[in-house]
Amino acid sequence: MCLAIPGKIESISGDDSLTRLAKINFGGVIKEASLAYVPEARAGDYVIVHVGFALSIVDEAEARKVFEYLEQMDELADLKEASP
Amino acid sequence: MKFLDEYRDADLAFKLAREIHRQTTRPWTIMEVCGGQTHAIVKFGLDELLPASIKLLHGPGCPVCVTPMEVIDQALEIAARPGVIFTSFGDMLRVPGSRTDLLSVKGAGGDVRIIYSPLDAVKLARDNPDQEVVIFGVGFETTAPATALAIFEAARTRLANFTMLIAHVLVPPAIEALMSSPDCCIQGFLAAGHVCAVMGYEEYIPLAKKYRVPFVVTGFEPLDILQGVLLTVRQLESGRAEVENQYGRFVRREGNPHAQELMNVVFKVVPRRWRGLGEIPMSGLALTDEYRCFDAAKRFGLDSVEATEPADCAAGLVLRGVKTPHECPAFGTRCTPEHPLGATMVSSEGACAAYYRYRRLNTVPVGRMP
Repeated sequence: MCLAIPGKIESISGDDSLTRLAKINFGGVIKEASLAYVPEARAGDYVIVHVGFALSIVDEAEARKVFEYLEQMDELADLKEASP
Repeated sequence: MKFLDEYRDADLAFKLAREIHRQTTRPWTIMEVCGGQTHAIVKFGLDELLPASIKLLHGPGCPVCVTPMEVIDQALEIAARPGVIFTSFGDMLRVPGSRTDLLSVKGAGGDVRIIYSPLDAVKLARDNPDQEVVIFGVGFETTAPATALAIFEAARTRLANFTMLIAHVLVPPAIEALMSSPDCCIQGFLAAGHVCAVMGYEEYIPLAKKYRVPFVVTGFEPLDILQGVLLTVRQLESGRAEVENQYGRFVRREGNPHAQELMNVVFKVVPRRWRGLGEIPMSGLALTDEYRCFDAAKRFGLDSVEATEPADCAAGLVLRGVKTPHECPAFGTRCTPEHPLGATMVSSEGACAAYYRYRRLNTVPVGRMP
């Protein structure tokens, strides 16, 4: 039920912050969603969408952190191997 | 899809799993709160990558599963009335009430419609001024902003034929209820990422302190869940009980203030009964006085009559993490997704349904690494 999917904002219609709608591209499937809760969202942003509402704009630096964490694990393992 | 597919990389998942094996020295019991996480764990077999000493308990984070039977009965009564268009998210349609379900009411001629967005229900009300349009307001904090805007929009445009049967529930009070139960054995939580996208995660700080349990706000893809487990294990192994955020790409500490603001205008916090868990103080949402006229139970003059759950259904114990679906004698025999005894067998996020779909034959030993 709390399923939410990330998609890219292709275009935005409307000016009023509570009724702004966006066409959002989910891997090739375009659906409309409300931008009422992400007034700062612009075309090109990635948002997470739940029941037709964008709830949050992706933080790209944070999105890389899982992979940075995995790289750090590698470096730590290398260090351990190198030490006597 | 960007920000989704890359979190399903099998090699990286195995790497995280190996690190969890390295870090684990003792048995730990961790609960994933959200049914979406349960579904991903069972679907991708993530629990089978973990050491046998780590037990994942499936939490009550399935709103469909915890909506009490008396509210389902109210929905059934409204949906069967002439002149009503009853709208709902699709996964509520098979949930059994005392006698029947919404799908059967639809089959018998009731105008029951599945909606994608609550705003679709508002549009239906606008397009059908001679009919009463009712939306079934089910869901956690993730969904409440959407129904809040539907009510706000109905009020703004003076829609007189739109109401909501409200069954919204809140996650932190349920966690508090689980932790204060005498048979609780949960040592750490994967907090539900999308609930936190709306509410942030400051609410969990006092819970972490009070019960000395770590909380890791966790996403829904395999790498998210495995990293969530790893961060929880690292806290447990080092004796910490903090709130960490694994799902930073969509969750900020303060959550979404715009969504919270509108929720606070439309809803107030009230005590609510949960299917399987009983009444939990301050764990549900009701309409504020200003928006009371949109309450479907009031509009249709319905009383809440307590309904009795089938005695042979273990859903309550499954929702509290006390039993696994396999331990229920009715699982897969008298209780299937086509003929469910309890709601946990219905919803795609229900633990019983996830086990039925992916684990009917439990032949793979848990704890084996490839």
